[in-house]
Amino acid sequence: MIARIIESASPRALALLAVVTLALLVAPWLVDSYVLSVLIIVLYFAYVGQAWNLMLGFAGQLSLGHALFVSLGAYTSAALFIKFGVPPIIGVFAAIAMAVVAGCLIGYLGFRFSIRGVYFALLTIAFAEFTGIIVDHISWLGASSGLFLPVKNQQSNDLLNLRGSPTMFYYVILALTGLAFALCSWLLNSKLGLYWQAIREDQEAAEASGVPLFRYKMIAVAISSGLTGIGGVWYAFYYNNLFPETMFKTSQSVEIILGSVVGGVGTLFGPILGAFVLTPLGEVLTAATDGMHLDGVKSFFWGFCVAAIVLFRPQGLWPWIYNVLGLAPKKEGER
Amino acid sequence: MSASAATGPVGALTVRNISKRFGGLVAVSEVSFTVAAGEIHALIGPNGAGKTTTFNMIAGAQPPDTGDVLLDGVSLAGLRPDQICRAGVGRTFQIVRPFNELTLVENVAVGALAWTDDVAEARDHARGVLELLGLGDKKDARPSSITLPDRKCLEVARALATKPKLLLLDEVMAGLRPTETDRMVAIFKKLNADTGLTILLIEHVMRAVMALSHRVLVLNYGRLIADGKPEEVTRDPEVLACYLGAEAFD
Repeated sequence: MIARIIESASPRALALLAVVTLALLVAPWLVDSYVLSVLIIVLYFAYVGQAWNLMLGFAGQLSLGHALFVSLGAYTSAALFIKFGVPPIIGVFAAIAMAVVAGCLIGYLGFRFSIRGVYFALLTIAFAEFTGIIVDHISWLGASSGLFLPVKNQQSNDLLNLRGSPTMFYYVILALTGLAFALCSWLLNSKLGLYWQAIREDQEAAEASGVPLFRYKMIAVAISSGLTGIGGVWYAFYYNNLFPETMFKTSQSVEIILGSVVGGVGTLFGPILGAFVLTPLGEVLTAATDGMHLDGVKSFFWGFCVAAIVLFRPQGLWPWIYNVLGLAPKKEGER
Repeated sequence: MSASAATGPVGALTVRNISKRFGGLVAVSEVSFTVAAGEIHALIGPNGAGKTTTFNMIAGAQPPDTGDVLLDGVSLAGLRPDQICRAGVGRTFQIVRPFNELTLVENVAVGALAWTDDVAEARDHARGVLELLGLGDKKDARPSSITLPDRKCLEVARALATKPKLLLLDEVMAGLRPTETDRMVAIFKKLNADTGLTILLIEHVMRAVMALSHRVLVLNYGRLIADGKPEEVTRDPEVLACYLGAEAFD
């Protein structure tokens, strides 16, 4: 499969991919701790963006509640670690299970009762918001005052317990982003991917061509929510604190989505590119306006970005860059 | 397709008393007919007669309010459209519905995935079907970049790729030039002769109806008003009165 992707790519695209991959691999030695912290956030959004893109970009199902899956993954693994000493390498499976169950519940309600498009998106928002309200009232999980992971000044990196330096977290999220990319490329060219795209393009025509709509939409939600839940585990152990009033909010979901929208929904590189464009811009802006009490400036800026993209590059930046850089293979082939 | 050739014609369709009501409007009223395995029947009638609704009931897109549809004697009642497709009923849509962001090969491969899980095999089969319908050289194009007649062919290709026993064609000749119609007619005749594929087509192009059909069914206001050989039906006074008019036969 990987061999086929490499075969179908142009030499220029492969060279670019190799350079970017190499740069990301050696980045912790080249940049200072601030830039590294920005790169970490970039990769986090590249990762969860890919997970979200799988659902809308591939299968055509719009979720505006992906913060729910991040939060469930984060809270599940953090609570298991704090309360029972379960290491995140084990806890991640519980986190995936929680996220997938929630995803499948939403998916079942939406797809079984033909709640489509915007109404399905509203359903995802509703689940995220009311789960947040529930967690806000569970004192065992810290309720509104938050859940905190113990932070020790550690000398060594403990990968199994996800305790260590920013460099370790950088490599973990880099690996996750790379694995998610490989998974998405493989899925897109598999039977699942073709069926998802058929559903995205025309649901009735897909069904008439033998595509079981319900099953394949459920698979998309399950994979997307599971992947996002893994991101939540990383998030919990990187940030060490979880507050329901921010975790489950639609603004979190929107932040997950923005990178893909800017980079190109439905493309493999779009979510990654979008994260690399948006997150540093947002960080720079936050830093530049620090102390000026301009609280909404990041949201305003992002709103501006999305409006600009929708107006001038509705397909996102990736298809445009793909053409500008001449990355298309010479011969006919797959995307 | 090839499998059915060895076992003789399959895809016998029996429609028993199917009706469909939309609010106060009876779109189709107690329609019954059969299409024998390996035959080609045309379903004609004026606009709004219930032809497409009849198709939708056979294909499961709109389950009938009453009555039953059987394929080779097995009821299709309660099955979803994708299950009916896998049971052997392929259909096209009157207004073409291609998967616009997919290439032609991928469009058709989606159909082939109804009987295989192997994407490479589905693509191979899709290339063969596209070749058969004269779209071989456009296989890597997107549907938006091909002509409407080609998109009609694509619609047929996607349905054929599911390896149907019964093919439902909803006005695939509409908008085609006479030479293109003749080419399409030749393709269906060959498919029917070679593989025993049963075909039911909705068609306004009488040139195609007369050239292809063993029998013609006429719907008017949701009722079946004629069912017979093409030359009989086209002489039926009731049919002439409601629909055809003498000039249709020039």
